[in-house]
Amino acid sequence: MTEFTPFLSLGGGILIGLAAFGGFFLFGRVIGMTGIMARTLSFDFGEAGWRPMFLIGLVLGPLVMSQLMPSPHGFQAPGVVALIIGGFLVGYGSRVGSGCTSGHGICGISRLSKRSIVAVCTFMFTAFVTVFVTRHVFGGLL
Amino acid sequence: MNRFVALALGALFGVGLYVSGMTNPQKIINFLDIAGPWDLSLIFVMGGGIPVAGLGYYLLKRREKPVLFDDIQVPAPGVIDRPLVIGSAIFGVGWGIAGLCPGPAFASILLEPVAIAPYLVALFVGSLAYERLHG
Repeated sequence: MTEFTPFLSLGGGILIGLAAFGGFFLFGRVIGMTGIMARTLSFDFGEAGWRPMFLIGLVLGPLVMSQLMPSPHGFQAPGVVALIIGGFLVGYGSRVGSGCTSGHGICGISRLSKRSIVAVCTFMFTAFVTVFVTRHVFGGLL
Repeated sequence: MNRFVALALGALFGVGLYVSGMTNPQKIINFLDIAGPWDLSLIFVMGGGIPVAGLGYYLLKRREKPVLFDDIQVPAPGVIDRPLVIGSAIFGVGWGIAGLCPGPAFASILLEPVAIAPYLVALFVGSLAYERLHG
């Protein structure tokens, strides 16, 4: 059970949107984690090394925030096997599909990209089916 | 200056994920569980983020170039092809199993290193597998 948090989620969503806003307006780039991660791993850092700098901010921002405001949501993760299988599929699938929840989900939909809208509908559908299967067919197997 | 802006945008993105609840895998899985304790908070994350991002894109399109960089690098409209659909389908399965996508994993690595480290290693391996097979 997790609490329904419309205001925190809307507020957090606006902050995420502001980061994407800055990516577009200031940098002319899409804030997509798949691309930022993949290009940083291949040492393609971009102008002024913006991709690794963005990643450092992403890692440190929540750490600083957690000192000011303990997480209102907590942290409950599935088992290590699920995290490893899920991580591999997310890493591979996001590269094949050219994006994830940030690049396709926030940035792509915001500019009404047909490819991103198809991507989001596809991954939402398979994610809903996956959770139905793991939780209700196999009863919390993972 | 550009470096500091990139750092600040990353921090903003991470704090947004932290505040919104995206960093709790259980919350993501509950959003994806209509047949269970459905938590629709994630709809509000998208509802807050998409319009603000869209405004940034709209303002960018009215300019010759972005404020800080010299050119615009936004994907051109493309065809809906098999890799897009198959890759997204695989991504969705992984997202449903782990309850984590890449952004929130990076945002949580220092807060929950024991749980997040194996996920991030597997994420990198999956990304490298793509480069080996298709790169």
